[in-house]
Amino acid sequence: MHQLTLAEIARGLADKKFSSEELTQSLLARIKQLDPQLNSFISVTDELALSQARAADARRAAGETGALLGAPLAHKDLFCTEGVRTSCGSKMLDNFKAPYNATVVAKLAEAGAVTLGKTNMDEFAMGSANESSHYGPVKNPWNLEHVPGGSSGGSAAAVAARLLPAATGTDTGGSIRQPAALTNLTGLKPTYGRVSRWGMIAYASSLDQGGPMARTAEDCALMLQAMAGFDAKDSTSIDEPVPDYSASLNGSLQGLRIGLPKEYFGAGLDPRIAELIQASVKELEKQGAVIKEISLPNMQHAIAAYYVIAPAEASSNLSRFDGVRFGYRCENPADLTDLYKRSRGEGFGSEVQRRIMVGTYALSAGYYDAYYLKAQKIRRLIKNDFMAAFEDVDVILGPTTPNLAWKIGAKNSDPVAEYLEDIYTITANLAGLPGLSMPAGFVDGLPVGVQLLAPYFQEGRLLNVAHRYQQVTDWHTRAPNGF
Amino acid sequence: MQWEVVIGLEIHTQLATQSKIFSGSATTFGSEPNTQASLIDLGMPGVLPVLNQEAVRMACMFGLAIDAEIGHHNVFARKNYFYPDLPKGYQISQMELPIVGKGHLDIALEDGTVKRIGITRAHLEEDAGKSLHEDFSGSTGIDLNRAGTPLLEIVSEPEMRSAKEAVAYVKAIHALVRYLGICDGNMAEGSLRCDCNVSIRPKGQEAFGTRCEIKNVNSFRFIERAINSEIQRQIELIEDGGKVIQETRLYDPNKDETRSMRSKEEANDYRYFPDPDLLPVVIEGAYLDTIRATLPELPPQKRERFQSQFGLSAYDANVLASSREQADYFEQVVSVCGDAKLAANWVMVELGSLLNKLGLEIDQAPVSAEHLGGMLKRILDNTISGKIAKVVFEKMAAGEGDADQIIEAEGLKQVTDSGAIEKVLDEVLAANAEQVEQYRAADEAKRGKMFGFFVGQAMKASKGKANPQQVNQLLKSKLEG
Amino acid sequence: MALERCDVEKIAHLARLGLNDGDLPRTTDALNSILGLVDQMQAVDTTGIEPLAHPLEASQRLRADVVTESNQRESYQAIAPATENGLYLVPKVIE
Repeated sequence: MHQLTLAEIARGLADKKFSSEELTQSLLARIKQLDPQLNSFISVTDELALSQARAADARRAAGETGALLGAPLAHKDLFCTEGVRTSCGSKMLDNFKAPYNATVVAKLAEAGAVTLGKTNMDEFAMGSANESSHYGPVKNPWNLEHVPGGSSGGSAAAVAARLLPAATGTDTGGSIRQPAALTNLTGLKPTYGRVSRWGMIAYASSLDQGGPMARTAEDCALMLQAMAGFDAKDSTSIDEPVPDYSASLNGSLQGLRIGLPKEYFGAGLDPRIAELIQASVKELEKQGAVIKEISLPNMQHAIAAYYVIAPAEASSNLSRFDGVRFGYRCENPADLTDLYKRSRGEGFGSEVQRRIMVGTYALSAGYYDAYYLKAQKIRRLIKNDFMAAFEDVDVILGPTTPNLAWKIGAKNSDPVAEYLEDIYTITANLAGLPGLSMPAGFVDGLPVGVQLLAPYFQEGRLLNVAHRYQQVTDWHTRAPNGF
Repeated sequence: MQWEVVIGLEIHTQLATQSKIFSGSATTFGSEPNTQASLIDLGMPGVLPVLNQEAVRMACMFGLAIDAEIGHHNVFARKNYFYPDLPKGYQISQMELPIVGKGHLDIALEDGTVKRIGITRAHLEEDAGKSLHEDFSGSTGIDLNRAGTPLLEIVSEPEMRSAKEAVAYVKAIHALVRYLGICDGNMAEGSLRCDCNVSIRPKGQEAFGTRCEIKNVNSFRFIERAINSEIQRQIELIEDGGKVIQETRLYDPNKDETRSMRSKEEANDYRYFPDPDLLPVVIEGAYLDTIRATLPELPPQKRERFQSQFGLSAYDANVLASSREQADYFEQVVSVCGDAKLAANWVMVELGSLLNKLGLEIDQAPVSAEHLGGMLKRILDNTISGKIAKVVFEKMAAGEGDADQIIEAEGLKQVTDSGAIEKVLDEVLAANAEQVEQYRAADEAKRGKMFGFFVGQAMKASKGKANPQQVNQLLKSKLEG
Repeated sequence: MALERCDVEKIAHLARLGLNDGDLPRTTDALNSILGLVDQMQAVDTTGIEPLAHPLEASQRLRADVVTESNQRESYQAIAPATENGLYLVPKVIE
């Protein structure tokens, strides 16, 4: 049963081949057995899962249908789940039982999804390797000595290892797409404002988006259908109708214009990855797509701009963690300042503290113009590049990452080394565009992802291209040894 | 050394919305601690703000009322600092692009002259919670009920030159926000709070001196005293050879002095940046037009009109227009009795002192405008004299009915039958023949007082009901032939 | 624009992060490394370019002025570190 995709589970449940409760039991047992190798879960919610599974079975017996009714999944541990620990991978929230449900959680629950647990992640979503979690690093099921990517490393590893068919992730600089690429998954970051951020604990407010991670585009379509939609509780949520993502999966790619940015294929890209990307391009051409070279001249400045904007917003968003109303509080604070400094100094890990300090500095008097404002201007240049490119092409294609999954610990000496891995993914967050990563092959047994970007609210187009690609390739069906 | 005082005021007004500016919590004053603090107000992880439309409307009302530019594209910014009554570790406020830009307010000074005070800007922001220091040994208790209440912060130009001008300005703002119905102005409950920036400079000098900010002065009287004591302090300090340090101070009403606040700020770097959880607020011309159409007549126009339409003095117009309730009451009295000057006098003096005595506001007046107007009609049509009217008024206040009912019940109708009056006068003169002789023998100067004696006797004999004008007239002719 | 240790201490204080003296050198180096990355921005010509705060450049939606929240103090304070009589407790603040 663990090999089944969401779509196959939906059919199986509909055909009464198994019940949601049976499926859930089976996966819970599998998680217990295999997750110690991966450390992909922070909390496993057995009781909640079983009661939700039973309720889904009851709803189905009463005549309800729905693609996610009774489907097992997990939530990245920054989605607030009422009554359940929501830790953001941090000691600061180790004791935090969320007093409410995130909109994403509520919507998926309403659709009948079953929550098996909360997945591990880089602390407060800051990282690309899932090494900064208070709960320990996550291992890549394709090679346990390597990172799975981050910050949604737990969701990625769990789905890749077939501990569940799908999970939610969030993407601020690539945190869905990059781990999807490193673990052979399909992951989608929606348009900014497509998915509600209510209850999605904020890292960088103008960049964060929640999205699905699964083994196929078809599954991502099912997840996104339930997750997407306007939410009045989120001022940045856009009131745009949600199309039927599944209905458009099979559209023809004839005449689809695919742009390849010349800046993507330069010196920093592992040539073996480049080769696989070119192969994926060929597959799409066979289906009638037309390739054009385009230019995104400002992309080289994206990382610098990102590492000002994201830490700046984060430095402010994380000020509420002060030991007063919830979360970690230090022992015996001597006075107010001591309460703040030690609660935060002891509660936050070092990467989080570094980014808070960078952000604080970037916003401070005298530096605001040179850093924050400058970064926002570069952000507009990047957006302009995309707007111009999309006049001529329908999707933009490129590698998701410049390198393969690296060894755990390899990039620990210099924070910047890890930042540079985000080069292909970060621009989509800055511009707010939707992006998807799908499996494109393997090098040395490690997965490689190819990334597609589309104009605002064209998630359907991304899923369509990915689905057609997955109908003629089988990279996405491969499973890691031992899982 | 001649000193000139420079004063600028920052007034925080709590907007009278039902719910908070960014959350759907109630804004009722005085509830049990933390019973009106929602997830958003508590700054829980994952929450997001959504803007209250009424706060926007009220801010626009204010902006239009002070003739200000409205920020058609205004932006919320985060003001970052750590304090336990600020749950998110930042206050959502407005920095570079406030909702209301430059405007002005005309204030009436005590001598009746009008001074125009510039207003730099007014912006929307959220209020913080409250800290309670007294009740917990070694700890401070935090109540976040107030956190998230909408505030409109009104910043004046530093154009006031005395404590009295400052008070006049605060009173004018207080009246205006109440006129507009956007704030109840209850300073004791903290609905309107004033920070005073005070500096001094040698007369004639252009450059400003170093200013101190006196925070959270919560009554008109204290504002005047606080500013004056601060001016005194600064003058003494400089004349003793010292320098004024820029700092925040608190006013101690018991000692009548300001003292430095133990820095909760220490030259804070607030690291303002646009709040990424909120989008720019776009205000269209059409929207402003609909708001403009709902603006009530404002104090300056009312004052004008009271003078031109009703012939009132500037002073009286100022007093009557000082609150919307008072102006409305007065106008209703006028509409019933038709005599503005009479109405003005009764509202300001008789009603005024009654309200004062009972400690009531005009909207709690024990005599309605209808009834007062009705009574004034009876003075005008000579049914009762002005003196008797005071009795009637007291009885109306005691709930004994309207003027006509009381006049009837107490038989207070004025006697205007000249025959009857003459009879009374004849009796009085007959009873006081000696005084009549003295009167006739006396010269003009002495007659005045003696005349009064006869009037008094006549009124006594008629139990006050004789029409005074007729008494005077007939008495004079009888005495002088 | 390299940071000295005293700069790092000031920033840490602004952010209320308690740093161990022992960590200061490493933290200073790490921050300078990041700032080195970020300083690359200065090479970009952004004359005449407006900053982009929100990718989709929409405008703020307004909500009706209605009370929608009820008193949930008990459940919200169940997760609080220190409360008394419904108030959140912090070490005494002197104003």
